[in-house]
Amino acid sequence: MAVRLEAAAFDPGAELNAFAAGVPGAGAVVSFTGIVRDVAAGLIAMEIEHYPGMTERAIAAIAEEARGRWSLSDLMVIHRFGQLGPGEAIMMVATAAPHRADAFAASEFLMDYLKSRAPFWKKEVTRGGAGWVAARDEDEAALTRW
Amino acid sequence: MIEILYFAWVRERIGLPRERIETGAATVAELVDELRAREDRYAAAFADLRALRVAVDQELAGFDAPLAGVREVAFFPPMTGG
Repeated sequence: MAVRLEAAAFDPGAELNAFAAGVPGAGAVVSFTGIVRDVAAGLIAMEIEHYPGMTERAIAAIAEEARGRWSLSDLMVIHRFGQLGPGEAIMMVATAAPHRADAFAASEFLMDYLKSRAPFWKKEVTRGGAGWVAARDEDEAALTRW
Repeated sequence: MIEILYFAWVRERIGLPRERIETGAATVAELVDELRAREDRYAAAFADLRALRVAVDQELAGFDAPLAGVREVAFFPPMTGG
């Protein structure tokens, strides 16, 4: 199980290949990559603030919870912080399992919890100014299905 | 002494990322009342507690959480990871 919190850019394709190569016995690998989207006002940068110490602990706890709930061969979480440009990968989760249902469910669970329970805050810097991205009610509501 | 941390717009509104304070507050809510009484910028940051989340020793907690033995309290807006 790999959990990485880092400022540097990563290559989602290379990460996925390396992850899949490490779980030869798994019949299913599911991955999700979150990407900095451009906005109408013209995005210059996305700044991601985190809480050193708590962020690592929160992600590790979410990952442990996923491993307890589903039959997984392995899982991986990568999340960046600092300044990112449009089109860059923000984060990635990958899950490997004997069967796809567990891999899909665990990936969705990881995403839902990383969105609302891991201490990250996004700020969009656009040509029109900078502003904090507001949490969405739907993201909070998504947790109730687990 | 307790370490108080602020993140995102809470940090910007207060103008500090962290500070160490001496407090007699028994709960997070009492600590918030003490901070609000300090200066306008604190009162502004803590104007609407529904817009804030709190972590006590790096675990999410409620505003009624006790502070006995606590080393670190953090205030921040709802998280936007992923």
